Amino acid sequence: MKDSQPGSHREIKKTQMMVYEMKVQDVMTREVITVRPDQPMSSLREVLRHNRISGLPVVLENRLVGLISLDDFIGWLAEQQKDCLVTERMSQKLEIMYDDDPLVVAIGKLDRTGMGRLPVVDRQSKALVGILTKGDVIRGLLRKLEIDYEEERLRHHYAGQILKEIQADQTALFFQYNVPGQDFKRAGTGSSRLKRTLKSLGVRPDIVRRIAIASYEAEMNLVVFTPGGKISARVQPDRIVLEVKDGGPGIENVDEAMQPGYSTAPEWVRELGFGAGMGLPNIKKSSDGFEISSQPGKGTRLKASFLLREQRDEAE
Amino acid sequence: MKLSDIVEKLDLEVRAAKGRLDTDVTGVYASDLLSDVMAHAREGNVWLTLQSHQNVIAVAVMKDLAGIILVGGREPLAETVQKAEAEGIPVLVSSLPTYELSVRLHQQGLGGTFDNDKKSGTG
Ligand SMILES: Nc1ncnc2c1ncn2[C@@H]1O[C@H](COP(=O)(O)OP(=O)(O)OP(=O)(O)O)[C@@H](O)[C@H]1O
Ligand SMILES: [Mg+2]
Repeated sequence: MKDSQPGSHREIKKTQMMVYEMKVQDVMTREVITVRPDQPMSSLREVLRHNRISGLPVVLENRLVGLISLDDFIGWLAEQQKDCLVTERMSQKLEIMYDDDPLVVAIGKLDRTGMGRLPVVDRQSKALVGILTKGDVIRGLLRKLEIDYEEERLRHHYAGQILKEIQADQTALFFQYNVPGQDFKRAGTGSSRLKRTLKSLGVRPDIVRRIAIASYEAEMNLVVFTPGGKISARVQPDRIVLEVKDGGPGIENVDEAMQPGYSTAPEWVRELGFGAGMGLPNIKKSSDGFEISSQPGKGTRLKASFLLREQRDEAE
Repeated sequence: MKLSDIVEKLDLEVRAAKGRLDTDVTGVYASDLLSDVMAHAREGNVWLTLQSHQNVIAVAVMKDLAGIILVGGREPLAETVQKAEAEGIPVLVSSLPTYELSVRLHQQGLGGTFDNDKKSGTG
């Protein structure tokens, strides 16, 4: 079976995708406290103390002309000079962001400059439109994740666009879930999350259900037979590839394990209704391509692929 | 036929997800082996089982089942109820054994998954 085409697509994780898609203006704080360059330094005491902030943009007629920090203010205090204007102490070497810069640029800049806050200006008019802190970035990302989750629940048709975009861009999305072994209480969590995600991406319901079967059976095998493992799904333009790996005991004879009815599940597990020996055959039957390899003492790895344009009868 | 009609006609008691009974039931599947249900139950089926532990909920979620009926007077474990509420999977209980319950469901016009492939109009 040939089911991967190396190099023909990029892999992006969801949060990575978000920092490229979201703009500074989506997360920045818009209410900015500013000072004028012709204000006396002594007047900053109240502003800084009252707002508990470490720096202020200096603005003249909407344009950003400098930045005055708490350090600048303390420096001025320490020198015990007589009062002077903000413009004489402010720093004019400005690190700024544009409001339409992608978030990934802002994160890089916050990191590189070590600045706590960066003023945001409009690219055309150069007017100050906001301020950006690391906190804003984190809050913005969290809010977006939350909104995405809501949309997943409420607006499938909207999220359904994503799959079309993946298909148009020849990109791929990658999801991964850790499955702890022997944990029957949480068993199935990874597969339910995967199922919800695929549904929200707009994958056809019958295909989602076939992937759910395969993923659940593989997850249960991780829970029952191994100390744990990983389930991953790669959504490619034409197919979804499910991969399940573990570092468990491995399977002595894979052909035998693939036989319907073959099971080494212990008695107490059978009492829970597992151990019919149908899991691996189910995975094979529900997928359009199936590979399994195992090394006794090392672990097991299986790969099942699902063609997105395939029509098949669920009943067979 | 709605799940709420079945609850009423067969005198079932609802143990979880009371608010989710307004769904259409497409048929019935009865089994106590989870991977058998994974293989053969259909979307919208009601599932008859004597397994009362929480893993049945994951199976119902994965297969988009309409609900679970615990047979023979079995009661769901506390974790099962909790998970069922969280996932919105109705858990119903009946004192009847699987066969008697199946017969009554059939009398209500519900079919299984096997017959349904050949003749339609049963559900
Ligand atoms: N990840 C694994 N690591 C080690 N052994 C495995 C693994 N997966 C399956 N096996 C072996 O293969 C056998 C068959 O697996 P299969 O999933 O088909 O049936 P089962 O898990 O025993 O029962 P069922 O899936 O019907 O509940 C298992 O009983 C076990 O011996
Ligand atoms: Mg199994």
